[in-house]
Amino acid sequence: MTTDTTTKDAAPGATAPGETVLDARGVTMRFGGLTAVNNVDLTVNSGEIVGLIGPNGAGKTTFFNCLTGLYIPTEGEVRYKGQVLPPKSFKVTAAGVARTFQNIRLFANMTVLENVLVGRHTRTKEGLWSALLRGPGFHRAERASRERAMELLAFVGLDAKAEHLARNLPYGEQRKLEIARALASEPGLLLLDEPTAGMNPQETRATEELVFAIRDKGIAVLVIEHDMRFIFNLCDRVAVLVQGEKLVEGDSATVQGDERVVAAYLGEPFEDAPGSEEIAEVEAAEAQAAATDSAPGKENDR
Amino acid sequence: MTTQTTTPQTPAKDTAGANTGLVAIPPHIGRALATGGGVLTVVSAFLAWTWTSAFPGDLTVYGYPGGLQVLVLIGGALTALFGLASYGVKGLRWLAPAGADSAIKLAALAAFATTWYTIAAMSAQLGGLANLEPGGWIAGIATLTALLGALSLPFERPAPDPFDPDDSSWEQFRHKARHQRTVVKAAFAAGTSKPARELPAFAEILVIVAALTLGLIVFTYGIGTEYDELFVGFLVTAGFGFAAAAKAGLVNRVSALTSKHRTVTMVGAFAAAAAFPFTQSDDQYATIGVYILIFATVALGLNIVVGLAGLLDLGYVAFLGVGAYTAAMVSGSPSSPFDLQLPFWASALLGAAVAMVFGVLIGAPTLRLRGDYLAIVTLGFGEIFRITVLNMDGTSGPDITNGSNGISSIPNLNILGFDFGQEHSFGGFTIARFANYFLLMLLITLVVVVVFRRSSDSRIGRAWIAIREDETAALAMGINGFRVKLIAFALGAALAGLAGSVQAHVTYTVTPEQYQFAHVVPPNSAFLLAAVVLGGMGTISGPLVGAALLYLIPAKLQFLGDYQLFAFGLALVLLMRFRPEGLIPNRRRQLEFHEEAEAPTVLSKAGA
Repeated sequence: MTTDTTTKDAAPGATAPGETVLDARGVTMRFGGLTAVNNVDLTVNSGEIVGLIGPNGAGKTTFFNCLTGLYIPTEGEVRYKGQVLPPKSFKVTAAGVARTFQNIRLFANMTVLENVLVGRHTRTKEGLWSALLRGPGFHRAERASRERAMELLAFVGLDAKAEHLARNLPYGEQRKLEIARALASEPGLLLLDEPTAGMNPQETRATEELVFAIRDKGIAVLVIEHDMRFIFNLCDRVAVLVQGEKLVEGDSATVQGDERVVAAYLGEPFEDAPGSEEIAEVEAAEAQAAATDSAPGKENDR
Repeated sequence: MTTQTTTPQTPAKDTAGANTGLVAIPPHIGRALATGGGVLTVVSAFLAWTWTSAFPGDLTVYGYPGGLQVLVLIGGALTALFGLASYGVKGLRWLAPAGADSAIKLAALAAFATTWYTIAAMSAQLGGLANLEPGGWIAGIATLTALLGALSLPFERPAPDPFDPDDSSWEQFRHKARHQRTVVKAAFAAGTSKPARELPAFAEILVIVAALTLGLIVFTYGIGTEYDELFVGFLVTAGFGFAAAAKAGLVNRVSALTSKHRTVTMVGAFAAAAAFPFTQSDDQYATIGVYILIFATVALGLNIVVGLAGLLDLGYVAFLGVGAYTAAMVSGSPSSPFDLQLPFWASALLGAAVAMVFGVLIGAPTLRLRGDYLAIVTLGFGEIFRITVLNMDGTSGPDITNGSNGISSIPNLNILGFDFGQEHSFGGFTIARFANYFLLMLLITLVVVVVFRRSSDSRIGRAWIAIREDETAALAMGINGFRVKLIAFALGAALAGLAGSVQAHVTYTVTPEQYQFAHVVPPNSAFLLAAVVLGGMGTISGPLVGAALLYLIPAKLQFLGDYQLFAFGLALVLLMRFRPEGLIPNRRRQLEFHEEAEAPTVLSKAGA
């Protein structure tokens, strides 16, 4: 993996740092009587990595779908670089917002290279006539697309597997390929939906590097994740979504120290909650037990 | 055609792991028996099999094989050749790069099945086995010996799965039957191919030319079979023979070469197809040829819609109808409402353009649906076309299409003074009406093939495949799904319209009945879809082969009569059970359906 931090090969969609890239105001999504997302404001500035966390069912993916045009928000609006995003997902991608999916959605029976080439769709123009007549313009565009796709594959470290079928890649590489495919549309903002789900610590670490490298290309990143270490290592700002509403937003320390966040994840402490002394007592007893029995809990594994 | 036909279920000893054959004969004797049996079969084909010439093909002559005997001769020769190749005879090893043993078994099966089918047909038709001459008996015994010998060849027996002792006896029976099936499957499994020796380019092209010539000969023979028995024998021999060649690794090798020299192959294939009318002495089989070609071209157009973009269109034949009616109306036919005779290029373009307009008109509302809903709506629109055309007869509606009488007496084409209705001679060859149209239709097929190939390997083609694979993800990648699907739909319609503009002239008359959803005569929507699925979705040669088979089998097997559609349905069910990816699979599809099998992890460029 390359962790090239130079910005000279910045993506065309990149913007000057500090500028607001994504501006979601009062986004509300209702399904019948259920309010999945309620009046959420979120901004992402260029050069920033913003995290979106929250318990399962908090509405994170629904919010993502509102941002990318898969859902049309019931209320509120989403602006990308000052323009209101159109309510069609392909138009959102064309405007410069690319995404990955929580459950990997690659084109399983296409090759790795073809997957990335599909991502180039909005940045190329060759239509049917051009494909049928095969003029010089067609070959030029096709070659340029392939070069750019190979560049991106090299960026995520998959260039050696360009001709493999996407379905045959191991899980971690499928995630990487999905990111490469999203990058192929030259986005200014990349939305990652649980990019490290199901990964081991090494793979998570590698993904972290990859996200930093993407940020260094000048692409803002908004990421949903459950892995707190990953989020707090990575993000400049973290927003917490609970039951469809934004609870807190701030840097890692603010969010980690916020009682409401802890409560949302672990629940409120109840009346007779054990104090710290009792906890220490229990832990000591457990340590004692562990020392006497060489491998407690292992019996059942046999 | 499936290779999974009933094989003799010889009881095999359950010695797991031991590499014995299906029949308990020592392998070296078996190999000798198979090879010798093959040679004897070849000899027996030159003997008289019966005393009377009442059985078609005249099998009474010594020294000259006739009819079915030729097929038996080929089967025997294949067995003998593969047998010799398995001995490692120099100069024959190229025949079986993936090991000859499975090929011997299938070749012996080809000879055995054809011979015994002949014997059965003769005794049924002439009344008893008494009508057989010694030659017939020799052939029967020779093929049986060869088959038994072949089946005794060793193979890697799969170890039986341990079964649960608590199973009921029915469960145990099923378990054993399943194991038996894997054993039989393993007996016919192909070995891994040895890497090919590098050949010089001209030799590779020669191999391609030889393969194409062989294809032309087989096709011409099949189209020219004169009686039912011969056609059945042809199907049996060709099917098992092809399977044998596939197991020997020959098919893979040739297809590797063809994908390496794609342009050469394409030019060669069209040269071979163009040579077909010149091999015919009269116009009888050129008629079949041109109908097959129309059917195949439309099927290939449908393959863009179904195979690439994944849109199940059950009303596709309507676009063929639109093209045909358009061309008929501007052909100068007396029953056309327009007194207009356009030259062919104009009427062909007009047919394609009008069909494309209809494609857009029908596609725009329907393509917002997905999957089954789309299929049902297109089925409806296909019928709407037919009924509308039926009613525009001047009494129920405006007088445009002449109702159920259709537009008749469509004049023959005349391009630059070349009258398609007349016979022409070129250097000793006489080319009659249908042969003329065959050559014209071949040009149209070439256009469709080029369109298919170029569009599939481009930005738009990738977008189609992406939509087929996962529409939501494709949309999220910036593909305007509706637009891209509409392009596929309209392109498919235009190609069908182009074929229709020739079809109108070939058939003299266009009537609404030709363009139904299901009908006994292809092309109709059901048969078109069947040709695509049978041949292989997403490939070029698949629909061509599928259409040829689907046209020839009903046309040749007249004795099936009313059971034609039943047999057709049965064949489709069997094919979908045993080879869901079609006869000529797209490599992607093959991977989809046989995940754990010997799937290549790398998809080469030629796979698409």
